[in-house]
Amino acid sequence: MTDRITLAHGSGGRATSELIGAVFAKYFQNDVLDQMEDAAVVSGSGRIAMTTDSFVVDPIEFPGGDIGRLCVCGTVNDLLMSGATPKYLTCGFILEEGVEMATLERVVASMAETAKEAGVLIVAGDTKVIQGKGGIYINTAGVGFVPDTVNVSSSHLEEGDVILVSGEMGEHHATILSQRMEIENDMKSDNAPLCEMVEKLKAAGIPLHAMRDVTRGGLGTVLHEFAVASQCCIEIQETKIPVSPAVKGFASLLGLDPLYMGNEGKMILALPAKYADIALDCMKSSKYGEKAAVIGEVTHEKDSKVLLHTAVGGMRVVTELIGEGLPRIC
Amino acid sequence: MKQEILDYLRDYDGEEVRIMEVCGTHTASISHTGIRKLLSPKIKLISGPGCPVCVTVTSYIDRCIEIAKMEEHVLVSFGDMLRVPGSKGSLRDAGADGAKVQMVYSPLDTLKLCEKHPETTYVFAAVGFETTTPIYAVLLQKAEEKKITNLKLLTSLKVMPPVISWVCENQHNVDGFLAPGHVSVITGSELFVPLAQRFDLPFVVSGFEAEELLASIYALVRLKGQGKVMNLYPSVVTKEGNTEAQALVNRYFEPGAATWRGMGSIPDSGMYLRPDYEKYDMGSRALDQDNVHNKACQCAKVLTGQIESKECPLFGTVCTVEHPQGACMVSGEGACFTALTSEA
Repeated sequence: MTDRITLAHGSGGRATSELIGAVFAKYFQNDVLDQMEDAAVVSGSGRIAMTTDSFVVDPIEFPGGDIGRLCVCGTVNDLLMSGATPKYLTCGFILEEGVEMATLERVVASMAETAKEAGVLIVAGDTKVIQGKGGIYINTAGVGFVPDTVNVSSSHLEEGDVILVSGEMGEHHATILSQRMEIENDMKSDNAPLCEMVEKLKAAGIPLHAMRDVTRGGLGTVLHEFAVASQCCIEIQETKIPVSPAVKGFASLLGLDPLYMGNEGKMILALPAKYADIALDCMKSSKYGEKAAVIGEVTHEKDSKVLLHTAVGGMRVVTELIGEGLPRIC
Repeated sequence: MKQEILDYLRDYDGEEVRIMEVCGTHTASISHTGIRKLLSPKIKLISGPGCPVCVTVTSYIDRCIEIAKMEEHVLVSFGDMLRVPGSKGSLRDAGADGAKVQMVYSPLDTLKLCEKHPETTYVFAAVGFETTTPIYAVLLQKAEEKKITNLKLLTSLKVMPPVISWVCENQHNVDGFLAPGHVSVITGSELFVPLAQRFDLPFVVSGFEAEELLASIYALVRLKGQGKVMNLYPSVVTKEGNTEAQALVNRYFEPGAATWRGMGSIPDSGMYLRPDYEKYDMGSRALDQDNVHNKACQCAKVLTGQIESKECPLFGTVCTVEHPQGACMVSGEGACFTALTSEA
């Protein structure tokens, strides 16, 4: 094996087989994938959730994670937010020639480890190589199964619902931006699969109304989507929104608003107020949920908007993210 | 925050007090913290010409587009400038038409680009007030040190005192100024003393946190009618300012007349490259035309505190953040942008 990816690795011939054997099969080994057929045949029944996501993050590796961990977490979390238990993933790699084999191997190992943590099997894959400057792009698609007892949708919020978030906002965004700006700090991405948390919430029998992972666009954008889809007014308290002092300082220095900063391991959910304590317990006792908090409530269903009560006692409207945001964050 | 200040501001029932902020970051902070809701209706906060993007004339944007389309030239800019409408379209519109625009976080990143691609001329769209101009001076200083020859500037640099005078002379509707905190770090608070004395108006140098803004507003209400300058941001603002930065700016730049969007030309309100450094200039002095493409746009009246954003007939209908008709709707620090996106 060479130490770098060349166009030959995407030829479909011997070099491709070598790459698959030396890197992909080595880490992704399981009964389904090992058959190496054109399509994976898997079993399952009931309501099926499917999703797909492409990952173009720059840099490929960053404190707390890499594109491999990210591409598993992103798709797994999307499945979870539909109420599904994630089961299978496929992955499509687009590699630019010049990728160092060692980097690719680290990314693939990281994917395998994260898939194991999330309890999903990677059952199919594909690799293409294009000219370029050593970039790695990955698409993952996922399949999961939704129990009949779960029925979540961003249009299901009701007056009296409470809004919870699973942890501190903005860490992934601040980490990626720090890397690109070559700012040295202790920031770490929060990229993580939220399986344990969601399974606990489902097992507790809480009537979950809406769930979303808070990714690009940040909390403000998700809340706005909830308010519009459910035609309700959501009021949140600035002082209740978890933001680490480091991210707060970083954001204020760069003129960013943590409400619109991206995350890769955080979720928001809406549920009837009387279940708030149980839900909070489920989240706080789960991995990645220690800093979960109730941040607001649905106050009425007369019009669609999000209001933020500021720390000093003022109030403002929260819109969706306007403008470009940070490109290539995931 | 002392409760008596909050009570005073909420219950104030004297003569109406109109307070103008002339710093885009203040505009954004006021909206962001929602503090208007804490003030008596008799205390009005109005946004002055403090957002550098918002006061840039259309011919500047047109020239940026022209440069971005020139062979072997790349325009380097902060993100905010991309959406500002020129007389025909914005830089972002021009991108689809072959204009080459590179966004950077810091002007100093341009040096790396220049070194990496010596065959390309990088033209920085140098927009800003007293706060930002020193960074461009540092950029030129470093370019000289590194003997970089493929860097140029297209400047639209402005200074505060002449435009504050212009507002006071032409509007007579402002009772006090929240003096810009960041500008004052460079210039020092003394900058505002002649203005305060000439117009008998209070100037309070303010920080950007909600508590700091409320304290400054309280001070301005109490000082109404008095030509005094008060520095309530003493942790970073001194009387004389950053003299080193001032010296560096003076080495490369000199004052000259500048055109402000909707206000026309104001003497000595701009900064231009000195003749010794003309080789870095891409024709900045000629950019004085202001042909707003939507004639109904009221940015000029908004910027001078004559009307509130919502009184503009285009506000929120024809003019939105997705399709801004005027510059006040483009920048995150623009009066119309913050009014449309944050005001509850």
